Amino acid sequence: MSLLELRNLTRRFDDFVAVDDISLTIVKGEFFTLLGPSGCGKTTLLRMIAGFDTPDSGQILLDGNDITQLAPEKRPIHTVFQSYALFPHMTVAQNIAFPLQMARVAPAEITGRVSRAIEEVRLSAFAQRYPHELSGGQKQRVALARGLINRPRLLLLDEPLGALDAKLREDLQRELINLQKEVGITFIFVTHSQDEALALSQRVAVMNKGRVEQLDEPSIIYSRPASRFVADFIGKINLLDAQVTQLTEASMKLQVASLGMITLPAIKGVAMGDRGVIAIRPEQISVRNTTEPLETIYSFAGKVLDFLYVGDVTTYVIELTNGARMEALLANATPGVARFFEVGDTVTVTWPEAAVQFMKD
Amino acid sequence: MQRRNMMKWLISLPPMLFLLVFFAAPSLIMIVTSFRYPGEFSGLAPLSASDIVSGAPSDLYGLTLETYQFFFSDTLYAEIFLKSFAVATASTLICLLLAYPLALLIARSDKRHRNLMILLVILPFASNFLIRIYAWMIILGPESALNHAVNSLLALMGLPPVMLLFSPFAVLVGMVYVHLPFMILPLYTNLEKHDPVLLDAAQDLGANRWQRFWRVTWPQSLPGVFSGTALVFIPVLGMFAVPDILGGTSDILIGNLIKDQFLGTRDWPFGSTLSIMLMLAVIVTAGLAAWLARPRAAASSTST
Repeated sequence: MSLLELRNLTRRFDDFVAVDDISLTIVKGEFFTLLGPSGCGKTTLLRMIAGFDTPDSGQILLDGNDITQLAPEKRPIHTVFQSYALFPHMTVAQNIAFPLQMARVAPAEITGRVSRAIEEVRLSAFAQRYPHELSGGQKQRVALARGLINRPRLLLLDEPLGALDAKLREDLQRELINLQKEVGITFIFVTHSQDEALALSQRVAVMNKGRVEQLDEPSIIYSRPASRFVADFIGKINLLDAQVTQLTEASMKLQVASLGMITLPAIKGVAMGDRGVIAIRPEQISVRNTTEPLETIYSFAGKVLDFLYVGDVTTYVIELTNGARMEALLANATPGVARFFEVGDTVTVTWPEAAVQFMKD
Repeated sequence: MQRRNMMKWLISLPPMLFLLVFFAAPSLIMIVTSFRYPGEFSGLAPLSASDIVSGAPSDLYGLTLETYQFFFSDTLYAEIFLKSFAVATASTLICLLLAYPLALLIARSDKRHRNLMILLVILPFASNFLIRIYAWMIILGPESALNHAVNSLLALMGLPPVMLLFSPFAVLVGMVYVHLPFMILPLYTNLEKHDPVLLDAAQDLGANRWQRFWRVTWPQSLPGVFSGTALVFIPVLGMFAVPDILGGTSDILIGNLIKDQFLGTRDWPFGSTLSIMLMLAVIVTAGLAAWLARPRAAASSTST
């Protein structure tokens, strides 16, 4: 059932349209992510949901009630801010008690609930500490406990993992997923990090220039991006300009710049002459020595131009004989082999037909 | 390392010498003076001839506790101390009430305008302090528009006329007027550093306007409140020019009393005693304030 409904929200700042006619529905209990580059409108959207900003037009409905004009302090929606915004003059326990005090919960009840919440985020030893005595991860847990203690209908998280180092971030991502399942409160998470969005969410809305480009499950966002922007923004991808030259019920032929003709299964909404891109994920490309026999129809000769070794995987940049540059991601899964190809090696690049997608502009 | 330490000492030597010669040494002189006898016409009686002057039996090097006995024997001095503390407390409170909203306004206005506003706050310092106090004499004087307006209003309500000048009211006005910038500046310096996202967080968690102020802004501003209080309270306590010019005959404060001992009555030992008692009172008050401020200061000396 729908918990939060955004209806045609638009927000302009002078002549810049930060949020452009966005409508979406968030289901009770889900982990929803707004993903996009900085300036895409995700933070403005979040601020409007929290009540710090008012849309120029459109409506925000919570449990079916219009809350568009309601003050932030009156909304049963809490926010975990990017900087955590812990009160520096209050201890961990006082910070977590704050929302309950504002809600005029009886002091005796507050004490019990706060100590349970502190236990849940494993900070019992730190209850009397001040925020400046905590590590980044501990601060984040306090901010979460503070945001959740009064059981809001909705918890908004504004890039709360952005300030943490990579290793800690992964631990906290897992913690966040478990916590959300445990408390059963709906989370709206805002991030510019596609890894975070894919790892955490049940549904992701990819935003660009104030609009939602695609709203889907993470695996579909990654494997079936709906637009050139989404394909390019989520993960690494090879994009080659293409044009539809032949179209039948079942298939379409594309003229791909510097690759030649390729055939793909027909997709909806594509007409003759449409321009766009074909997209292939680097990890779906295989690179072979030229001597090996090939079993697919897509095989192109090329030369290794460069590579980037990051330990678990190596990205090879390959220039095809007809000029296109493609990146291939190979797992370093063979013990004792540091690298499969050297710069200048002549190779054959292949990929399965299903790896290729066409997106019209 | 050795060289750097040397440098530190060399650099801090001139101000240290300055304070040693012009603060520590005079303070010592004052302490000694407070235990001596006054001279016949002014200054101090010679140390060796103390018995001749006072008629008391020759005592140790002409030193005495007489001035202190005198201070504690008459409640008049305690009363003046109390009155001075009351005036200082009232001035400080009024300054705080007037300065806080202004400091908050400046701290929350556009960054480009803040420096200009602070400049305006300290602009009165550009003209001479005494001239500004004399100006108040005219503003509050019996023929002033303000005094006429107040008295017409009182007449309408059927009350007898009052004289604004030479009254405790005039003293308070002068004190507040002179010291207001000293309250605004430390408050502004503190408030300007507050992270505005904390107010958003408080509002998001259900705090209304008042709760946001009392639970977030006010406790964080306490170090500024304490330094502003010290910068107003202590100078007001020793101020003699304002009560001299604007106050009536019954409005003398410790400052006037001390000044009078040196320039009027010419009783240097008793003047010194009063000064020392004032210093002790200030140190005790400041120590108390610091002790009260201590746990808060630890909490607010943080960065987020």
